[in-house]
Amino acid sequence: MDVFLSQVFTGLSAGGVLLLIAIGLTLTFGQMGVINMAHGEFLMAGAYTAYVMNTIIGNAEASLLLALPVGFFVGGLLGVALEAGVLRWMYRRPLDTLLVTYGVGLVLQQVARDIFGAPAKEVPGPSWLDGSVPILGYDFPLSRLFLLALSLAALAGVAAVLKLTALGRQVRATVQNRDLAETLGISTRRTDRITFFLGSGLAGIAGVALTLLGSTGPTIGSSYIVEAFLVVVVGGIGQIKGTVIAAFVIGVGQSFLEYATSGSTAKVIVLALIVVFLQVRPQGIFAVRTRSLA
Amino acid sequence: MRITTVTSPPPASPAGTPTDTVRNPRGRRAAGVVAVLALALSTAACGAKAGETTEATSCVDTSGDSVKVGFLNSLSGTMAISETTVFKSLSMAAEEINAAGGVLGKKLDVVSEDGASEPTVFAEKAGKLIESDCVAAVFGGWTSSSRKAMLPVFEAKNSLLFYPVQYEGLEASKNIFYSGATTNQQIVPALDWLKDEKKITSIFLVGSDYVFPRTANEIIKKYAAAHGIEVKGEEYQELGSTNFGTVVDKVKQAGADAVFNTLNGDSNVAFFKEYKGKGLTAAKMPVVSVSIAEEEVPGVGVDKLVGQYTAWNYYQTVESPANEKFVAAFKKANGDKAVTSDPMEAAYTSLYLWKAMVEKANSFDVAKVQEAAGGTTFEAPEGSVTVNGENHHIAKTALIGEIQSDGLIKTVWNSPTPIEPDPYLKSYDWWEAK
Repeated sequence: MDVFLSQVFTGLSAGGVLLLIAIGLTLTFGQMGVINMAHGEFLMAGAYTAYVMNTIIGNAEASLLLALPVGFFVGGLLGVALEAGVLRWMYRRPLDTLLVTYGVGLVLQQVARDIFGAPAKEVPGPSWLDGSVPILGYDFPLSRLFLLALSLAALAGVAAVLKLTALGRQVRATVQNRDLAETLGISTRRTDRITFFLGSGLAGIAGVALTLLGSTGPTIGSSYIVEAFLVVVVGGIGQIKGTVIAAFVIGVGQSFLEYATSGSTAKVIVLALIVVFLQVRPQGIFAVRTRSLA
Repeated sequence: MRITTVTSPPPASPAGTPTDTVRNPRGRRAAGVVAVLALALSTAACGAKAGETTEATSCVDTSGDSVKVGFLNSLSGTMAISETTVFKSLSMAAEEINAAGGVLGKKLDVVSEDGASEPTVFAEKAGKLIESDCVAAVFGGWTSSSRKAMLPVFEAKNSLLFYPVQYEGLEASKNIFYSGATTNQQIVPALDWLKDEKKITSIFLVGSDYVFPRTANEIIKKYAAAHGIEVKGEEYQELGSTNFGTVVDKVKQAGADAVFNTLNGDSNVAFFKEYKGKGLTAAKMPVVSVSIAEEEVPGVGVDKLVGQYTAWNYYQTVESPANEKFVAAFKKANGDKAVTSDPMEAAYTSLYLWKAMVEKANSFDVAKVQEAAGGTTFEAPEGSVTVNGENHHIAKTALIGEIQSDGLIKTVWNSPTPIEPDPYLKSYDWWEAK
């Protein structure tokens, strides 16, 4: 089988995972300037939602599909709670949000440990995601294909909301110039809250999906959060388009580098390339066109 | 062995956050915070090395009708999942010994401390147990990093540690008794089995990126070179990584006869899900794992592991009167679903071995116990074990097991006799020869 093709596919599926986690982040980070380190724990909440649903329903075939919307709400509600309880006092203070949300993330991890115990939980995947489909001679695992499709669907959903709805227009206006949007009568408060709900909800969905790849433990979120931030920053903060490109470029790039070298070496090279890239283009692939003096 | 403690890195500030410039006083404050963190971390690291040289006079009090022993396990942190089970089986052993009259007529008075998955805490608590609590011996530790941190403390204060987990070998201290396997009792027999029984001619190495897998793979590569086995590849992923797409691609393309797996913890789940997802099975390319035991199987998912192999020195299914008693007692204390595993059994055995050594020496004195150690035996659940007086390891029977659909592991091969411990692999000429 063609090595080139296999690495493209592996990279695409890795990129899809990154994208799924980063879409939500790019909304909250991009729009509100909130560095939400607890995004990873919202993801964990989604994963545990999948576990709980599976335990209640006891049928792996259906519980995954049901867990997706429930996970979205669990993540979203946690996000709103964080926004209403903590973050609304510290907009435009990104460093403070970083420390505070990191703390919130640790609290959530401990809560999960107290409720579910320290050992990781296994969420059985539905049998229709077992096995693989051959695509151009490459055995593409069905679970990875499902993840890729899910992240593209989430992407389409977010794009549709942003482009086609009144909320989307308000969000885009708030991103471009918060003060001006305010003077136009847009409630940026309300916009913030809804955006946070959406962004955190997407983390919940990502969490449900990740149970297909690994096990569910209290620290599942922290293993993805840094990479997700990298994707958002490289893509250009608040830029969905950039996030998509960055996720797939990093995913595919990493899989090729990993093939040529080793896992840890590939990681180092990718990080070094990102540092160099950000030196040349600090605003990321795309930048918000704005007149505000952020 | 297994997991070197992972301290989660302090949150990296995403590069290029546009708004925090150095002009911002908050930026300076954050830099201050980072500096303090860095300082705290570096001093903590120093603590690990501190082998304080205090008077090695024993304060163990044997005048009363009880004697203190210390249990030092991670009851919190990332390792709690594994070490709590060791603590439970140690506690069970202590209760049994007390019920049977104690050691030299004295009841065991257990002082338990939490190592919190931090090597520095292990070193500190070991010191506390020896000097403040005046325990006669300490039982516990799991990660190699915790053992390496405690070693100088036990040597400086001249006390005894009983360490229950298989590890990477290349160590022997007169103050430590190793009741888990060293490499020539687990990894080398597994390779012998692959070569002689499975007739493999090529192998692929997959491991987590830290000391145990890298050391183990050095040994495997030398063995392979000496026995005409081709190493088709060697891949590492950082501890906790779930990204095994490319690794499994490489494994599949290289097409070795078997995979030797030294991955740890959650990575096993991601690896086996990917492995199964890409159509690889135990029949096509078997995987031999050295750190998946009974308690890890449900976490990975039984359906992903059925038919795969493990190498250990004890399984719950081992047939011996001692094991029947051990398993029944453990289930009685911890519920029917509780399973027993190799490190738990080794910990249980270690407490009985200490008892046997003390009774042989007729004293709790460290020097006398060390002197009496050689040749001490115990009818352990895994079978009869004997302490080697030279290197303080014990002779163990190597077992290759196959994972069953009920989550238990069935022995498919065992070494004909217990294997003498050889932590430095001195008796293997392929280790000396490059």
